[in-house]
Amino acid sequence: MIASLSLATDVLVIGGGLAGAWAAVAAAREGADVVLVDKGHCGTSGVTATAGPGHWWAPPDRREAAVTDRLKRSLGLGDPDWMRRILDLTWSSLPGLADHYAFSTDDRGEVQYRALRGPEYMRAMRAYAVAAGARILDHHPALQLLRHGDGSIAGASGIALRGERPWTIRAGAVVLAAGGTAFASRLLGSATNTGDGLLMGVEAGADLSGMEFTNYYTPALAGTNMARSMAYSFARWFDADDRELDIPNGPEVTPHLARALLKGPLFCRLDRVPADIRAVMPQVQPNFVLPFARLGIDAYGERFEVVLHAEGTVRGIGGLRVDDNDCQTAVPGLYVAGDNASRELVTGAISGGGAVNSSWALSSGQWAGAAAARRARSTGARETDLAIATGQTGLAPRRGVRVVDTAGAVQAVREELNAYDKNIFRQGEALAASMVRLDEIWKELADHGRAEGRAGLRLREAAALVAAGRWSKAAALSRRESRGMHRREDAPGLDPRLSSRQRAQGLDRVVTRFEPAPTQAEVA
Amino acid sequence: MIEVVIKDRCSGCGDCVEACPSDVLALGAGGKAVIAAQADCQTCLLCELHCPADALFVWPETDRVAGVTAERALASGQLGAFRRDHGWGEHAATHTNQHWRMGAIFERARLQAIDMAAAKTARTEEGCST
Repeated sequence: MIASLSLATDVLVIGGGLAGAWAAVAAAREGADVVLVDKGHCGTSGVTATAGPGHWWAPPDRREAAVTDRLKRSLGLGDPDWMRRILDLTWSSLPGLADHYAFSTDDRGEVQYRALRGPEYMRAMRAYAVAAGARILDHHPALQLLRHGDGSIAGASGIALRGERPWTIRAGAVVLAAGGTAFASRLLGSATNTGDGLLMGVEAGADLSGMEFTNYYTPALAGTNMARSMAYSFARWFDADDRELDIPNGPEVTPHLARALLKGPLFCRLDRVPADIRAVMPQVQPNFVLPFARLGIDAYGERFEVVLHAEGTVRGIGGLRVDDNDCQTAVPGLYVAGDNASRELVTGAISGGGAVNSSWALSSGQWAGAAAARRARSTGARETDLAIATGQTGLAPRRGVRVVDTAGAVQAVREELNAYDKNIFRQGEALAASMVRLDEIWKELADHGRAEGRAGLRLREAAALVAAGRWSKAAALSRRESRGMHRREDAPGLDPRLSSRQRAQGLDRVVTRFEPAPTQAEVA
Repeated sequence: MIEVVIKDRCSGCGDCVEACPSDVLALGAGGKAVIAAQADCQTCLLCELHCPADALFVWPETDRVAGVTAERALASGQLGAFRRDHGWGEHAATHTNQHWRMGAIFERARLQAIDMAAAKTARTEEGCST
């Protein structure tokens, strides 16, 4: 038996992507002892590291206009106060990264804070967190949360991948920043984002919101994961017979592309990308040009095949529900940040894209981290109190242990959640059929699944994917209307009675309910 | 997918082993990086970026092993191209980070789409009147 790692800290941050790193910075600044665990490596993990977010960035005199516009597009589910809060904190926070990120200056010599390139941004965030005093444990995935007898959060346990050594960390507060999930699609940078934070949160007693908004898709060169989409805003689209399709680019492009893909292969030409942009592209998005260069495709001169990659809750919206201004969940001592949380407050029913989502990660991370530090300071780590493990499926089978089909479970999630016909053009019957299939898989995993080491991690990931898939399907089934990205072919148009956010929870039995109050009543 | 480690270039520093978010790489018995779990590779390219020796080669296809050899990787001229375009290490002065231009590029695309729509409307109207 390998000795396990046991330690106590004020704040434990689970996940070292954008939100987790900001949380660690904020918690350490408050004077707390901070440990950040990441399944991979803080600096390369998460969807920011392969991307390049422009933040939601507006100078003070333009913020009200930005909020008014965003609120209108949120279709009744956004909250103007939260929008103002993230605009304000984004504006004041990014310049603080200057010691670790070489901000560019534009042609007039003005420093450009808004858009940061992913690998450099996450490298800087790691350095920022370390400089603030956080301790980082890479390749230490968390498997479950621990709670006290009074229901408050006591820490987490997991496994160090090197040596497959178990760890237990007791903490006065925990920030869940383990990302969203792209439901095992081939979305760039999302492979480790299997929804673990959603499952751990619900097992510990938190609830979810907005899980029906999980159907944003991004085009990529077929056979690759390269979902850097900027160049596609200049694209022309063609069918297999090389007939140009009448598809105008813009925010509504996805259903058009998906319809074309349901008929057959889809092709793209980027010949309208202006020459000056082509010239600078390798230094704007180095990863975008790489697959073309290696596969020998002239990206701007010849047509190439494209597919759509599902973004799940990543550029979708759903996640654990934020219960107060500090980003605490319904569970005392459990805070949530970034894509692990629902972003409805700032996005409403449409995608936040890279900009609003990054500002949300930066802001919710800092609020969660600082509040977790304040709470931990008053409670301490309570490391001698009894702690109860909350993890169930994959950790504590209800019946006899036997081999379960982990890979098959992941494949089923991929099929049910990402198929264009099932997820972009939703229908009640198909959603219900998906639920039946996923419920059966869930029961099998919950009844019989148990594994150690890396196999145990894979099993927990599969359980999280299946759980998140069930919450998404249940929420999509209950929202019998079309709102924002959620499109019901059998219920087109808005239903004014459903102009509120929808919560979801439950493991063996999934339940959803709409919040009663119209969320936008006070907005003129 | 990660295809090959160029043994002659690898210094055994272990930076790629640390950086890989999917824990695909390990230091082998000879003290050099080896591909330990190729099927787990998510083709994020970040190992290449974090390798100061340009000893790693990732093929852009995600779902199959292409079987790229060290010779082919060396002949491709692509070893280190990603780190160069990012302007890391010795490339800092020659390959500056132009990512900040993203907002303006999106705006160009938006304006182009408006022009295209206007041109199409004009064509349609012309078609109706003649």
